Amino acid sequence: MYSDKVMDHFQNPRNVGKMEDADIIGEVGNPTCGDIIKVYMKIEDDHIKDIKFSTFGCGAAVATSSMVTELVKGKSLDDALKVSKDQVAEALDGLPPAKMHCSNLAADAIKDAIEKYRSDSEEKDEE
Amino acid sequence: MDKRYYFDHAATTPIDEKVFQEMEPFLTEEFGNPSSIYQEGQKANQTIMEAREKVQDLINAEDSREIIFTGSGTEADNLAIKGVAMALKDKGKHIITSEIEHHAVLHTCEFMEKHLGFDVTYLEVDGDGFIDLEDLENSIRDDTILITIMMANNEIGTIQPVKEIAEIAKDHEVYFHTDAVQAAGQIEVDVQELGVDLLTLSAHKINGPKGVGALYVKKGVKLIPQMNGGAQERKRRGGTENLAGIVGFGKAAELARKRLPEKQKKLIKLRDKIISNIEENISKAILNGPRGDKRLPNNVNFCFRYIEGESILLNLDFLGIAASSGSACTSGSLEPSHVLLSLGMSHEVAHGSLRISLGYNTTEEEVDYLLDKLPGVIQKIRDMSPLYDG
Ligand SMILES: Cc1ncc(COP(=O)(O)O)c(C=O)c1O
Ligand code: FES
Repeated sequence: MYSDKVMDHFQNPRNVGKMEDADIIGEVGNPTCGDIIKVYMKIEDDHIKDIKFSTFGCGAAVATSSMVTELVKGKSLDDALKVSKDQVAEALDGLPPAKMHCSNLAADAIKDAIEKYRSDSEEKDEE
Repeated sequence: MDKRYYFDHAATTPIDEKVFQEMEPFLTEEFGNPSSIYQEGQKANQTIMEAREKVQDLINAEDSREIIFTGSGTEADNLAIKGVAMALKDKGKHIITSEIEHHAVLHTCEFMEKHLGFDVTYLEVDGDGFIDLEDLENSIRDDTILITIMMANNEIGTIQPVKEIAEIAKDHEVYFHTDAVQAAGQIEVDVQELGVDLLTLSAHKINGPKGVGALYVKKGVKLIPQMNGGAQERKRRGGTENLAGIVGFGKAAELARKRLPEKQKKLIKLRDKIISNIEENISKAILNGPRGDKRLPNNVNFCFRYIEGESILLNLDFLGIAASSGSACTSGSLEPSHVLLSLGMSHEVAHGSLRISLGYNTTEEEVDYLLDKLPGVIQKIRDMSPLYDG
């Protein structure tokens, strides 16, 4: 049911693991089936210097997490925000229809992290 | 193909070689219609009679005419519930079942509520999946016409006190149907000893072919046919018989009966080995369902905390192992198993469920392979989980 690409990213996830010294952590829960994705980022000059993820979810959730970290790594925050769930799914040679919602999760976790990072730095600027 | 390790016998079983041999002629040269009066037809008719007697023997029915062949276990469940409900609707429109029935029963009951104005009580179960007999008795009303409670659960292996349920049903003059699809071939199923009125079987769970089931209907029990057509199955199920399927079912029933004592002994040993090994070697592993003789000999079901079942299944599949899970992510409906939720489990815990079900041909070597691989698989996925801290 999954493409070879999905299976590859599921079996050998890129950038998997936790990051002790992350600048920011994004987290989303999946309202559909109750899964959780966390992304950890190191940010320098408004670019994603390093990224890691951890996922509590299905094969598609793991594979989309892995793929999205590949897609945004090294990108500017603005560019990273432009990575859409459809792009993630496409990069994985598609997902079964029942699993499309899992790709939202990964892209949303990136958004969550960047938004948190930005509102944190605004607060710091105000201090 | 590389060697596969099949641990999903509760989903379906391989067709036994001896079953296939019996079936083969009826897929080729022996093609007569059992309703025809010439020789080919009469031969086919005779063959079905013999298969019926073998199924009769498996459940110790008094008379082979109490067996109705159907197109699946699901159809037999539908026939039991709808057939009794229609026959007794003037007496009452209340049905009692449990929350952990197979969908073949559960969705049929929901259908009766939604489309035919029946009222259904869904009995809760305790943490091991047992219904409460007092609850059952208290929920019987003047208009109750049917109790349908499964003999053994397909996910967690809980064996219900069917004999006691039958006694309560009899005391209140209510029909009692039990779905014994998972029980037959695993434990003794004796309809006379149990005192049930209707009982469902399915061939493909006992090393027979898919697409054939049976409903036992005790003599005298009122039942309105649900498949209208020809006079097959003594007018209780129209449609030209699945001759090869029925022959296969008969042979599978015969083998299941013969093999039962030996198979039971072997599988209980393997089951308990798996359970104690997992509990020793994997932390935060919760056994679902009871222990000991109230559990099906072929069923093991665990929840592994912090991880999700589809990930477990995919990783096992890479290693050649086939098993199943009640996780929301594997369900299609994206809801976790209703059985696990009924035990009082949270969505999150139900997520990490793994069912391992054994068959009569499962070997100790296969079990050892599974037990060797499983801890690594669980650890690999836990290492990816945001909920798990080393
Ligand atoms: C308890 C139970 N009842 C009914 C069925 C349905 O049987 P069948 O697959 O023959 O329709 C199954 C099989 O999945 C089952 O486990
Ligand atoms: S995370 Fe539950 S279906 Fe993908």
